[in-house]
This record gives sequence, structure tokens and C-alpha cells, in this order.
Amino acid sequence: MSKTQNAIISSVRTVMGWVPAQWLPGGTPDPLIERRAAIGRQASRLDGPLKVAGEARFAAEVAMDRLCYAALVHSPVTRGRITRLDTGAAETAPGVILVMTHRTMPRIGTLPLIGITDLSAVGNSSIPIMLDAEIRYNGQVVAAVVAETQEQADHAASLIEIDYAIDAARTRFQDARPDARTPASLLMDKNHVSIGNAERELKRAPHRVDNMYRTPAQNHNAIELHAVTAAWEGDSLVLHDATQMIAPSAAALAKLFGLKREQVRVLSPFVGGGFGGKGLWDHQIVAIAAARLAGRPLRLMLSREGVYRMIGGRSPSEQRVAIGADAEGRFTALLHTGYSVMPPYGACPEPYTLGTRALYGARSFEIMQRHLDLDIVPNTFMRAPGEAIGSFAVESAIDELAHAMGVDPIALRLRNLPERHPISGAPFSQHALGQAYAEGAKRFGWDRRHAEPGTVREGEWRIGMGCATGSFPYARMPGANVRITLRGDGTAVIACSAQEMGMGTATVQAQHAADRLGLPLEAISVELGDSALPAAPMAGGSSQTASIAGAIAAAATKLAGELLRLAGNDSPIAGLRAGEVQLVEEGIASIADPTRRESYRSILARAAREAIAVTAAGSAPLEFLKFAMHSSSAIFCELRVSAVTGEVRVDRLLGSFDCGTILNPKTAASQFRGGMIMGLGLALMEETLFDERSGRIMNPSLADYHIPAHLDVPEIDVIWTGIPDPRSPLGARGIGEIGITGVAAAVANAVFNATGKRIRDLPITLDKLL
Amino acid sequence: MTPISYSRATSVAEAGRLADGAGARLLGGGTNLVDLMRKGVERPSRLVDVSGLSDAIELARSGSLVIGAAARNSAVAAHPLVRQRYPMLARAILAGASAQIRNMATVGGNLMQRTRCLYFADVAGSRCNKREPGSGCDAVGGFNRYHAVLGTSPACIAAHPSDMCVALAALDARVQVSGPGGDRMIPLVDFHRLPGDRPDRDTVLDPGEVIVAVELPASPFAGRSAYRKVRDRSSYAFALVSVAAGLTMREGRIEEVAIAFGGIAPKPWRASRAEAVLRGGPAAGAAFAAAADAELADAAPLAGNAFKLALTRRTLEAVLSELTGGSL
Ligand SMILES: Cc1cc2nc3c(=O)[nH]c(=O)nc-3n(C[C@H](O)[C@H](O)[C@H](O)COP(=O)(O)OP(=O)(O)OC[C@H]3O[C@@H](n4cnc5c(N)ncnc54)[C@H](O)[C@@H]3O)c2cc1C
Repeated sequence: MSKTQNAIISSVRTVMGWVPAQWLPGGTPDPLIERRAAIGRQASRLDGPLKVAGEARFAAEVAMDRLCYAALVHSPVTRGRITRLDTGAAETAPGVILVMTHRTMPRIGTLPLIGITDLSAVGNSSIPIMLDAEIRYNGQVVAAVVAETQEQADHAASLIEIDYAIDAARTRFQDARPDARTPASLLMDKNHVSIGNAERELKRAPHRVDNMYRTPAQNHNAIELHAVTAAWEGDSLVLHDATQMIAPSAAALAKLFGLKREQVRVLSPFVGGGFGGKGLWDHQIVAIAAARLAGRPLRLMLSREGVYRMIGGRSPSEQRVAIGADAEGRFTALLHTGYSVMPPYGACPEPYTLGTRALYGARSFEIMQRHLDLDIVPNTFMRAPGEAIGSFAVESAIDELAHAMGVDPIALRLRNLPERHPISGAPFSQHALGQAYAEGAKRFGWDRRHAEPGTVREGEWRIGMGCATGSFPYARMPGANVRITLRGDGTAVIACSAQEMGMGTATVQAQHAADRLGLPLEAISVELGDSALPAAPMAGGSSQTASIAGAIAAAATKLAGELLRLAGNDSPIAGLRAGEVQLVEEGIASIADPTRRESYRSILARAAREAIAVTAAGSAPLEFLKFAMHSSSAIFCELRVSAVTGEVRVDRLLGSFDCGTILNPKTAASQFRGGMIMGLGLALMEETLFDERSGRIMNPSLADYHIPAHLDVPEIDVIWTGIPDPRSPLGARGIGEIGITGVAAAVANAVFNATGKRIRDLPITLDKLL
Repeated sequence: MTPISYSRATSVAEAGRLADGAGARLLGGGTNLVDLMRKGVERPSRLVDVSGLSDAIELARSGSLVIGAAARNSAVAAHPLVRQRYPMLARAILAGASAQIRNMATVGGNLMQRTRCLYFADVAGSRCNKREPGSGCDAVGGFNRYHAVLGTSPACIAAHPSDMCVALAALDARVQVSGPGGDRMIPLVDFHRLPGDRPDRDTVLDPGEVIVAVELPASPFAGRSAYRKVRDRSSYAFALVSVAAGLTMREGRIEEVAIAFGGIAPKPWRASRAEAVLRGGPAAGAAFAAAADAELADAAPLAGNAFKLALTRRTLEAVLSELTGGSL
């Protein structure tokens, strides 16, 4: 994003620095941090029984009358133009309703790219969707076939003949370097950070490491394939989508198709995994347009190959990390620079240096990223974009420095933990990485590690231990709205358009609402997944829990006001003001004198109301502009490497997390473990085989693109400090992404400890260890 | 996917009759063929299901074990006679694919499964001489980590992916086939072809021929045999290198020995040169190394798979060392 954005954000941050904390949301700690009943208790996911019974309905499973099916044709060419397009055979194939190409695609605009301009800016790509004959990347959609059955559509798609005039394409990472761009900012942060003269400090430092680290491209592989069922009802559109951005998609689609907001409804009650990949891409738009042309409801589910071809993944990177340290191991220079891919028509940088700005102090810093422009499907966010791979480079480098200095890598890290945010100088809201390390090390048995690499053997296996820090920033999104409906029978419904992707959103917010309203857990139900409900932001940046929690808190305050009004003068609570009451024990009570109380049932009964409903938006998320708010983790790994074959087998993994209040141990542990398993994949096997000669992805299937199989996943131990963050709703920070961070470095560091071989190039495949 | 007709064969003769002619393919468990049809690599117009033919696993009077072509991979691996007499075969099968795939896959289909070369599978975007003779090979200059280092030709470097066949090659298995020209018995090591200039032909099977059974002669190796598979993850990955080996010892020397490699050649690779070096010799590290040298002498590695030479060597040496009772 732009220089102006940098200026705006940095001036807001400056102003925030002057504003007293208590004026801010989160300025005084959320009372629920102390007053927890349902929160923090183990609770099973509300959606569990539905999923086990096969009753949870996903986007590709919605039944509709007269439903037709679509199949897509992708360009096998990377750059060029369509010169001949013969759809004759496809059009006359059995069951075919229509073939849509750039000749027949309704004229629509292009999507505003993901950004902070407004909430409908959610596009991953600004390339026109099937509107012209241009080919801009390999896999681009060039035609859609609509038929009575999926098989008929698939078959007809194979009958379409297309000739292309082929142009030279930019597909080689190394060749693109000379034209690299230096963006002004990375998401909300300034890109270039230069404090002191880091190169000079590095040269002078008595201890230093200076190396290049490489990470490969990766693709999204959520178990649920991207799918939509689109139905036009007159001029209104109903879209059943697998999406992690329900309300923003509805707003963006309304704009794109020239409709009013109320005319578009996006439903997505369950999503089978998102991880950043389930945004708004070409397939939804093609499906909506084709449904309009067909005049019938239409289903489009991408094939697994289709997901690889048209949904972006994680950018490859090449990162230089250099650290200088004084005799005591204090960092005098920290340099983190490098290259990743982001075509100009894309929206998502891979911000691998963001974590580096917040974790360790140093006398001097030099941090800057450059973007390479390749002709590819635009890359997008993928679980812990930036931190997942940035932490591999930095945390490997620290391990290298520790080894070179002959000090314990944990001690070296703790020596460099900063008092305040090392770049902005902002105070940390809460930060206990030291404690996470201490507790993790003890439980893991770190003291049994042999510092000298290659010294522990068991038969042909060399055994090693490694650790690394993970981190992820806190975020709360603006524009989170929630409706609370309190019923006369003492139950309540929480409703908003947020997304349930299997992480336990509904479950945890039910626990939250129970405590916020003083109701038993069973009295709460949660409605999500529908853009007709009050708008919630997208699920991204590990921010959904805090964002909705902030809105529930605001709505509860409003509800208290309504209840006071409704209670009137004949109530024990008459005369109290909103700030003087709290919602407890199924009613409203004076904080100063808890005997002054009246139950919800009684208030509603007296007022002859079946229910009352309030809707409120969460306060502006200013807390993270004033405070440095980061979660962190200490990851420990023990593994074995075959001296014969170089095969790596991970025996144990432990994550010790400092992420604020843990709202539900069961769902949290599952998020952490899932992230750590994905981290194992990042460390050992995940890699998109992008053929640089052609610009084509060569392993678009789960047979050829490796993710960990069950046998690759060891016992994973997960613990946490549980220390609440006094600046966030519920004291919680996000936990969805941090699990993956730090894992690749912990594995690489353990491989070094086992073998004495330092692998700076992911994934760590056996050939690198022969 | 192209429209197809489907029929079930109730006898070998019927299968042969139905499968005779262009456009027909036999269908076993479908775990390979159906995938290839989805990708457009195979475009049959007729499927003849042979999964109902004999799946019996029986001892013949000769002492051989006869395994019907329709026997499921998991059934073979679990069979007591296989586990007792040919443990290396059980291990090889269990090292392959996933439990679900093994439950579907048949012995006939496993023998006939096609290469996993990424360019072979990519109809829309890549050239491949195996798929389309004469079109060129994109694997040579591309991703060839999984490709062959032995027995390749300028036209094709694809590796044969099967684990089961590697053990069969070491066990001197024979393939019983039946076709328009009558029945014949083909030694497994001659069943698969080297690519030469006809990489489209994986095997010596003629059109209309059906695999009826696989025969395993009595084996002296049950006591000392192994199948070791080296792969990119702990399960559900094809072999980068695999070694099937069995031997007998006499007075500290290797008496009989059989070795086959997987993952490094266009066919299950019987390592007769290595065997010749070892036979009658001492069970010593130097002999193991010489055996590996002899077998790999003609290897033609590429950028992506050169590591397989060292890997094959090390894996063979480790397996031999284990089988002869030594430690590493
Ligand atoms: C994801 C994945 C991973 C895998 N991993 C491994 C692995 O690690 N190791 C491994 O060894 N294998 C692996 N496999 C391959 C698997 O072993 C084969 O797909 C399976 O053995 C094929 O058997 P099938 O019965 O399903 O064959 P089909 O798919 O039915 O047929 C395959 C071919 O055999 C022909 N055929 C079938 N029966 C006969 C017959 N009686 N006579 C003549 N021709 C016949 C068919 O016409 C077809 O050409 C994997 C497969 C998949 C999909």
C-alpha cells in the first residue's frame, strides 16, 4: 500500500501514544477477565455432532430445484492471447445448457483489491475475469461449461478447442530480481525500517551470522474444495459459498454486479477449512455470471487441480538474515531483507519480516522486503503469512549464532527480549515469552539436549533436539457487529455474519456470551454464516474471536441500557445507570449493591415482551495502535535422522504458548496442534513444484503435493501461560495462526543438532541430508 | 471424462473377448485407471471389469503359490502363506499407497500401473513421449526427482512406481497371461519393458491379453529377507529408492542372493550384477559396496535425481548388512 497510508497510520500511532490508556477500548481490563464461568472451560464444539452425523451442510451440498452444474477450462499457457475458440462440440454435447467464454461473459467491473480502503475491498486479483482474450497466468479460467449434470459439464469442457498466441512470460524467480519493487508498506506497517547503521554494526560485531534462507511456494489444500451454489431470484442473488469473508464478499459482489447490498445474500454456515485460501476468487464470479445466463441455480465445485490452478498460495521467498552480537550475546545488528513474489495485480504481500520487528531488541536494524513480479496466479495469505516462513529464517539464524558462540539458544533469545517494542517503542500489553520458554523447556526435558551436534545415536538414527520462537500479532477488526436477542424464557441468541470454519467460533462465543450475560452455557445459541445477519469482518489475521468478542461486549452494554429502560421505576434497579450495573446470574444487578437486582425473565414479563434485541458494533480497535500486542510461543522438537537414508522422523513436538486468556482448552489445543502439524509440513515436505520453464504448477494433487500423513505426526504436547492480556476483550489474543510459526525452525535446528548439517532451504528433504 | 460403456467379465475368456479391440481397457480396482481417465491420460470407450475373476491365493502342486490377478493387494499382504514364505512381498505391499487404496487395488492392476511422472499426467500442459510418442519429454529438463537413473532412454526417464513388483522381481515371480494367441507364462523381470524408443509400451502384454495370475516359486529366502523403502514421508509416498533382498548364508559366506530395486528404473530392477558380485562371497562391507558399484555402473543421473545413486548404494549396503547379521 501507499506512502499516504504509512503517514496516516504512523500519525495515528503517534497520537495514540499521548492518549491515556483508560480512554481506549481495553484501557481498563475487561471485567470478564476476572469473572469467568463458562470461559476457560473445556467445551466440545457445538458443530461437532452435526458434522459427525453428516448433517452440516456445506456449500456444494445445498439442494435446489433445477440445479445445473459448471465445469471450468483453464489456460495451459502462461502469457498470450486466445486466437481461436471453438465451443461448437461442447455446445452440442449431451446435457449442455451453455458455454461461457470472454465473448459471452456479462460485462462487469473488477474487484477492489484486499486492503483497508473499505470492507468490500476483498479481491485477490485485479485481473479482469474472463472479459478479454488475454492470458496472464497459467491456469487462468478461459471458459465455463454449464450442463445438467457434473459429468456432462466435465465432458463438454474437454471438447472445447482453444488456440493461443504465446508470448514470453516472466516465470523465473532469479530472473525477476533486477526489476524487484520496494513497496512503501506491508499491510499496516512501513516496509523499510532502518535504525542505526546495521551493516557497519554487523561488520564490527565480535559474533555474527549472515546467511540466506529459502522457502518454497505452497498451495492451499483445505479438505473442502472451493465451491459455490449460486441462485438468482429475480434481481437478487443468493450465494452458498465456502468462504471466510461472508459480509465483505456480499458487499463486493453487490458492487461488482451493480446490485444493492440487500440484493445479495451470502450463506456459509460451515467451511471445511480456510487458512486464507477461501476468499473471493474468480470461480464465485464466473458461477454467478453463468447462473444468470443460464437462468437457473448453478453449482460450481473446483477440482483439486482447479484449486491449485486458480487459487493462490504462499509465495516463495529468499531471505537474508544477519545478526551481530556483542561478547555477552546482545544483538548489535539485526538485518532481515529479501525477496518474495507479488505480481502488481495481486493484493497480498508475504510479510516475512513483520515478526522480526517485534521479537528481539537490537542496537541497529535493517529490514526491507522486495517484491518480484511474475506471471502467476496471484499469491494470497496462507496460515500465518509472513511469520510462518520469516520465523524459519530468523530462528534458524539465532540457533546458528548460539552454536557459534557456544551458548544455549534459549538463553541467547531471552537475553535479547526487549522491554518495549524494539521499533515503535510502544509498551507491550502483555508478554511472557520467557515464562513460555521456561515452562516448555522443563516439560520437554531440554536439559537432556547435547549441545554438541551429531553426538546422540540410536542404531542408524541420529537424534537431535531443537527449539525456536513463534509469534503472531494481535488484531481486532473494525466493523464487527453483533445482535443479542434476549428472550423471555431466559435464553439468548447471538447473531452475526462471522464464519465457522471448524475452529470453534460458535462454541467459544457461546461461552463468552454466557459469561457476559450471566447465563448458563445451555441458554445461549449462536447464529453465524449468513450475510443477512449483522455484518462481521472476515476471518483472517487470527482476529475473529477478538473482533466478535468486542462486538458482543458492546452489545451487552447496550442491552443493559435497554433492560434498565424496560425495567422502569418499579424495579429494584430503578435509578441505576448503565455504568453502575452488571449482567449476572440471569439478570441485571447493581455493582455497588448486588442485592439490588432483577432477573431478565421478570423484566421482560413485566414489560410484556417476548424478547428484546440489540445490535452494536465493537469499539474502534485502537488498542493495538497504542500497545504492542503480540502472541508468542516456544516450540520444541525432538527428531531422528537416518544416517543411511537422510530420512527425518519427528518423535516429539511441544508448543508452549503465550496467547492471553485461553477461552476453551479443547478448541485451542486443536488450533495449536493443527498449526504445528502444518508447520511440520512446511519444515519437511510441502512444496509447490512450479516449473519455471513454463510457469505451470506440476503437482496439483494431494498424491504429489505432500502434506504430513498420520504417521508423520508425533505426539504433540501443548501448554500455555494463560496470562490474560489486559488490553483485549476477554484478555484473549488470536490463536489460529501462531501454531505454525516457529515450527520449521525448531525442526531445522533439531536436524542440525542431530547431524551437524544446517539446512537453510525448505523443505528439509532427505537428499539434503545425505 | 469421456462417456464409456462398462461390462463385467465372468471368465478370462470373456474378458479377453470383451477387451479385444481399440478403446477397451480392463478395470481392476480402478485406483490408477480411473485417475488417469479423469486426467485425460487414458480415454477408453469401454471398460471391462475384471475384478470378479479369480482372486484365489493357493498352493499349486509344484509348490508354487498362485495368486489370482483379482486378489486385492491387502488380501495378499495379509495371507498367512505370503507372510510365512514371502515376507518381503507382504512388506512391499504394505509399504505402498494407503490402506484404502490397497483394499481396492488388485494384483493385475498393480502390475500394470503406470508411471507417476508429473509430465505424463499433465495432458493439457506438458509433452510426454510415453503418453504421446514423438511429442518430446518435459521431464528431462524439469522435475525429475522421482525419475529413473538406470535403464532410461533419450525418449523417456520415467520410473516404475510399484512396490509390490519389486518384491516379485526378487522372488522370481512369473506372470500367467491369457490371450487370443493362447496362454503364456512371462517371468516378471521380462514382463515390464525398458522404454527405448517405444516408451508408450510399459509391458510385453499384447492387445487382448489378460493377466490371470502371478506365480511365486518356492523361495529359500523367507528367513533372511527384507523390503526397505525410502520415501519423502512416513507413509503414502512413492519410493525414491526401494530395495527388496533375500539371501542365504553358508559358513559365513553368502550362498544365494536375490536383489531388486524400485524407484530408480523404468521397471522393477533385478540387480543381477550386484548378485553376481555377492554370490559365494564374504558378507563384508567391501563386497556390498562393490555390488552397488557394479549395479550402478551404467547409471545416468539427472539434476533432480542424482542423489539416488548415493541413496541406492547406502540403502543396499544397510539392507545387506542387516540381512547378513552385521550392524552398520
Ligand atoms: C495416491 C496413490 C498413492 C499410491 N502409492 C503407491 C505406492 O506407494 N506404492 C505402490 O506400489 N503403488 C502405489 N499406488 C498405486 C497402486 O498400487 C495402484 O494404483 C494399484 O495397484 C492399481 O491396481 P488397480 O487394481 O486399482 O488397477 P486399475 O486402476 O484398475 O488398473 C490399472 C491398469 O491395470 C490394467 N489391468 C487391471 N487388471 C488387469 C488384468 N487382470 N490384466 C491386464 N491388465 C489389467 C488396467 O487396464 C489398467 O491399465 C498409489 C496409488 C495412488 C492413487
